[in-house]
Amino acid sequence: MAQRAQYLGRHNPEISLGQKIWQLNWGMVLLVGIIATMGLGMLYSAANGSFDPWASRQAVRFGIGMVLMLLVALVDIRFIFRVSYLFYIVALLLLIAVEVMGSIGMGAQRWIDLKFIQLQPSELMKIAIILALARYFHGVSQEDIGRPAFLLVPLCMVLLPSALVLRQPDLGTTGMLVLASGAIFFCAGVRLWKFVIVLISGLAAIPIGWQFLHSYQQNRVLTFLDPEQDPLGTGYHIHQSKIAFGSGGIFGKGFLQGSQSHLNFLPEKQTDFIFTMLAEEFGMVGGLVLLSLYLLLMIYGVAIAVRSRNQYGRLLAIGLTFNLFLYVFINIAMIMGLVPVVGVPLPLISYGGTVMLTVMMGLGMVMSVWLHRDIKISRRGVQDDF
Amino acid sequence: MPMVHEDQDRHKGFTRRVLMLSCGKVALLSALVGRMYYLQVIEAEKYKTLAEDNRVNLRLLPPRRGKILDRFGVELAGNQQNFRVVVVKEQTPDLIATLDALSLLIKLSEHDYKRVLRDVKRKRAFVPVTVKDNLSWDQVSSIEVNSADLPGASIEVGETRFYPFGADMSHILGYVAAVSEAELTGDPLLELPDFRIGKNGVEKFYDQEMRGQAGTSEFEVNAYGRVIRELSRKEGASGREMILTIDAGLQTFVQQRLMSELSAASVVIDIENGDILAMGSVPAYDPSAFNLGLSSAQWNSLINDPLSPLTNKSISGGYAPGSTFKMAVALAALKEGIGAHTHTAFCPGFMKLGNSKFHCWKKGGHGRVNMIEALQYSCDVYFYDVARRIGVDNIAAMANRLGLGEKVGIDLPGEKPGVIPTKAWKEANIGESWQGGETLVTSIGQGFVLTTPLQLAVMTARLASGQKKVVPRLARGYREGGQAYGFARSEFEDLGIPEEHIRIIHQGMDAVSNHPRGTAYRYRIKEEGWELAGKTGTAQVRRITLAERQAGVFKNEDLPWRRRDHALFTAFAPVDKPRYACSVVVQHGGGGSTIAGPIARDILRETQRRDPARAAAISLKPRSGSDNTGDV
Repeated sequence: MAQRAQYLGRHNPEISLGQKIWQLNWGMVLLVGIIATMGLGMLYSAANGSFDPWASRQAVRFGIGMVLMLLVALVDIRFIFRVSYLFYIVALLLLIAVEVMGSIGMGAQRWIDLKFIQLQPSELMKIAIILALARYFHGVSQEDIGRPAFLLVPLCMVLLPSALVLRQPDLGTTGMLVLASGAIFFCAGVRLWKFVIVLISGLAAIPIGWQFLHSYQQNRVLTFLDPEQDPLGTGYHIHQSKIAFGSGGIFGKGFLQGSQSHLNFLPEKQTDFIFTMLAEEFGMVGGLVLLSLYLLLMIYGVAIAVRSRNQYGRLLAIGLTFNLFLYVFINIAMIMGLVPVVGVPLPLISYGGTVMLTVMMGLGMVMSVWLHRDIKISRRGVQDDF
Repeated sequence: MPMVHEDQDRHKGFTRRVLMLSCGKVALLSALVGRMYYLQVIEAEKYKTLAEDNRVNLRLLPPRRGKILDRFGVELAGNQQNFRVVVVKEQTPDLIATLDALSLLIKLSEHDYKRVLRDVKRKRAFVPVTVKDNLSWDQVSSIEVNSADLPGASIEVGETRFYPFGADMSHILGYVAAVSEAELTGDPLLELPDFRIGKNGVEKFYDQEMRGQAGTSEFEVNAYGRVIRELSRKEGASGREMILTIDAGLQTFVQQRLMSELSAASVVIDIENGDILAMGSVPAYDPSAFNLGLSSAQWNSLINDPLSPLTNKSISGGYAPGSTFKMAVALAALKEGIGAHTHTAFCPGFMKLGNSKFHCWKKGGHGRVNMIEALQYSCDVYFYDVARRIGVDNIAAMANRLGLGEKVGIDLPGEKPGVIPTKAWKEANIGESWQGGETLVTSIGQGFVLTTPLQLAVMTARLASGQKKVVPRLARGYREGGQAYGFARSEFEDLGIPEEHIRIIHQGMDAVSNHPRGTAYRYRIKEEGWELAGKTGTAQVRRITLAERQAGVFKNEDLPWRRRDHALFTAFAPVDKPRYACSVVVQHGGGGSTIAGPIARDILRETQRRDPARAAAISLKPRSGSDNTGDV
């Protein structure tokens, strides 16, 4: 079997730095570059045809993010494996720190001011939770996965940060943490009926959870269920978003020609609602192009996950890819009025530092999984069997 | 190695799960694409329309309301500049401080503060909120001088309706006020917050003419409603200026003369063309008060006043005409072949019909009288006698011909038709058959008979003319773009009464005023060539009981106001070449000759002194073709 394994790995799993750079997934890097460039264009348009105040700063962040992504891609997956828990604990501590001393912005405590960047620990946690779960499930045998006792630890790993983020309160991030974790549980092989139980108990908990929501969050949900009830109040954003979106038509109004966006009808056009602006200026064609680019990126991610020869890499790649999917889906569904407004940005496009950096760091890790696809990691620990 | 085995199993399971997950992802992404297709292709037109709405706001520019002029061009209703002070919240660092500073100059009440703060909260920060309206010039200049200490406050100029003659014209002109919910027609002009429409009188009847065409201004606005820039502007057109038949000088005289009584009305009409020269109604009200907005206390006192100051009694008041109705009965009798000189009746002071006794106003009676004498003395028994012979329906037909019992068609809202009873009318409205005694009561203008002062004036005008069915009017025409146009009118119909019959009536009315034994001889016009011919009337508003009659009839002065008789007088002048007709009704005034007579005399004397029918009025160009073409 060892021979066969050796044979299947067409080359030595340990490769040099030069080989790594050569084998790096340049297609993916190109995709990321195209998407981010589109984002910069939209930010340029959002400022009524000006690089200030958004596009220029976002370009710098993208530059830093690109370097970070490539560096992370080259990091040995075993190192990432080793620091998984550490990363998770640091993110968790930061989350607690925001809770204690976070500065207040937009009515929610989400930032730690590190002077050069407004750090959002909840964004870091989106990656940290995937790392931690991937490492945990890597170490659990197939038989053990069937035992409920083995699910207690990962459940706690998910629930602890989720509860903290929910307290901030950030419904969108909480949802993403839970769903991305669910995807890892699912791909790790947890039995389907257990998901059914969680789903049912989750539905049963809705009335209780409702009480703990802030009134603006309750309003957002109510508005989503009946947007006509208050078109100038809470429903205003989504109503204006739909007008801008729909008026774009098939081919759009043209770059810098989106009247709704430029006359300030569109709220938060540089962050959460940037896709609306794209759809207004470039129409359905523009929207489909961007969606296809994201889809290609996700296909890369899934292919890398399936191709990886260690469970950690597989779960890591699929978790990060699913995370990307969640960003894209929730954001676009939100601005089209399919799900409540929850404040999820569009990755690589929306203005914002932490999201840009964490998304690109995540993509860097996916690339690292690719570069170290043939490396095997033992169930219990760091050491390679070979 | 078992581990490799196990990893291969895991890999297989993983791949299967990833496939399932990917299917889910693709399904969800397809939903997104479907939604995009729905919004951007299927619903695209709807959202494009909404987006256009979002971008461009249309603002209406209210047109200037047309003035109202009298026949000579004297301004009866105009527009006055109205200065108001407004505050813009975003332009002041401290709204309360600005208001406090303003209060030192123009005195703001607690109520003003509350209203301003409420409006400021409701409107967006850049929208001006009115602090105080109708500022005097002194207040305006003191605010302008101190503008440095009043951040956010500024003076704006608007227009309000202005009535120079105040209460003297209020019943004719009516008033303008804010549009009520019920008056909204969907015309966006009516929804402007400062827009006023006519609520009564000429202001209401000719509202559409005077309203004009709204201009429009297209603005590009952002989501907050802030104007980015004006895209286009189309100026509206001012409303038409109405030219009335009224002579402002005469109208003022009439209104002032009527003020000697508590409640009275009078109409002066040009018998040649039906022009209403004056139309008085007392008491009156100040029309400007409605423009500024009445307090509910003021409004209640107006509508609960027993003298009904809001009612134009000339057209809306129904009064029993009393003896002024006798000309109609006389003409009906002549038409039915009763000779004016050949037929006489003996008046012992009463007439018996069945078991009832119908009294003449003169206790001892008039003795034997013919028609002219009967008019001159106003003998009731003579008219009982002829009425009994010709029947009520013949009387009613003649009364209708003279303009009673139906609307005469004046161009004012609120005209009442009055009542001229017939047998059929009583069957239909009361459900009882006609009684013979009721014919007698009708013949002296009592019982069911109700007329308006306008109808009495029209009746007198038709009698004076003798040939034409005079129809009154209040508006001669309008002025638009500097050119005055007259309203087209058809010729008056023929009255259809033989000239000799009219001559009898003229003789009778002449005798009333100019024969020493006439009932109104004391109130004749002595100036030669201005003499009037008239008819007195006294209408009971209560039934005189037998006991009262035996005890001696109460003097009107001894009765409470509400139970006193109405005093009436109708007259035309000059007697030999009639030009002006006039009616006077004094509600609960007492005797017709002593109360209404002198008022009618004074009015007709003043009318002939001014002679508005012959004075040079605004010359009007007849409108050729139909009225709705040629508008530029």
